[in-house]
Amino acid sequence: MTSTTQHTVEFIYAILETVADPEVPVLSILDLGIVRDVQLKDDGFHIIITPTYSGCPATEMIQLQIRMALLENGIQHFQIVHRLSPAWTTDWMTEAGKQKLQAYGIAPPEKKFAIPEDGVTCPQCHSTNTRLVSAFGSTACKALYQCSDCKEPFDYFKCH
Amino acid sequence: MYSPLIRYTLHLADNALIMGHRCSEWCGHGPVLEQDIALANLALDYVGTARNFYQYAAEMINAADPAQKATEDSLAYLRDAGDFYNNHIAELPNGDWAQTTLKEFFFSVYLQAVYRQLLNSADTQLAAIAEKALKEIDYHVRWSSEWVVRLGDGTEESKERLLKALDEVWLHTGELFASDDHDAQLIQENIAADLQLVYTHWRTTVEKVFEEATIAVPAPAKTAAWMGNGRKGIHTEHLGYILAEMQYLQRAYPGCEW
Ligand SMILES: [Zn+2]
Repeated sequence: MTSTTQHTVEFIYAILETVADPEVPVLSILDLGIVRDVQLKDDGFHIIITPTYSGCPATEMIQLQIRMALLENGIQHFQIVHRLSPAWTTDWMTEAGKQKLQAYGIAPPEKKFAIPEDGVTCPQCHSTNTRLVSAFGSTACKALYQCSDCKEPFDYFKCH
Repeated sequence: MYSPLIRYTLHLADNALIMGHRCSEWCGHGPVLEQDIALANLALDYVGTARNFYQYAAEMINAADPAQKATEDSLAYLRDAGDFYNNHIAELPNGDWAQTTLKEFFFSVYLQAVYRQLLNSADTQLAAIAEKALKEIDYHVRWSSEWVVRLGDGTEESKERLLKALDEVWLHTGELFASDDHDAQLIQENIAADLQLVYTHWRTTVEKVFEEATIAVPAPAKTAAWMGNGRKGIHTEHLGYILAEMQYLQRAYPGCEW
């Protein structure tokens, strides 16, 4: 237990910041907002996470990566706790996260487009003259768009 | 013999798993890439929701009798058709595109109403799983409604196909609202969704979308004893075939992992 008590919650957050979302690797799991809390308890750190989508295959990958990152940094006593409610929402995504998405070529969630429709801002040329191709994209969290100005297809990270 | 709550949780899980399996059958067969992906996404949502319900059911089963050693996998892969409590509409064959989208429409509107009620369930774990699933099922309703309108108010052939699908599927919509013996008790305890209220939402939504699709809504589907009741483990012939395929690997090679 000595190893645990020497570390702080802040240190754990710093480690978690290095864990990337496997599907959108430009985002850390903190940017994504799935880490709800880190608590120091008698049996070690409790890392509370809320999965993005019920069937998101990345959830297990993320857990594995958290585990590895903590172990690599000498944290041995911890558990990852799943919390379903309140359900994850894109409101929890950080501003920094949204900017990283945009720079990566994925349109970040916009409140105006809670339901995907034409007009999401193109991450390439910033035009709003865009067209919804499909409400379902390459992963559960994305919808497929095409920009009518620069003609580039792009993903939109759906509001959830 | 499972408690009414466990049985109800299994019913919710089985509905999601079996419909998810049907959606997954389209993977690689969709008419266009976007729709292929759409169905794979729907399947993913359903199977994810099923896992959450199965994990909860397994927890309750093991708490009642630790010798059971139930897991989400044992519940999905090692029960026989008579022990599945999903509704018939989830197990019906996909048929053509019209039948697939119409089934998904009827089913997702039903689940939408069920999950909305479960948000206020006295059972907080059911409420939490429903909260997550509801966000996803709203997408299913939107996607399938659009297809019903597009096919119904489309070409002569698309309308004809949709009407043919309606003939096949409508008959099974009555069973969605047939209750299990324990429903009254669970509703009284504010745990389960009240199917009469679910029906009101369902019928209103179907009427609204059908109007836009320029199709008449048939009279409410009757249920008869000979048709069985999925809630009681009495299924159409189709469920056995689904399970034969879905469970084959775990039955043939118990505990197999890859
Ligand atoms: Zn553009």
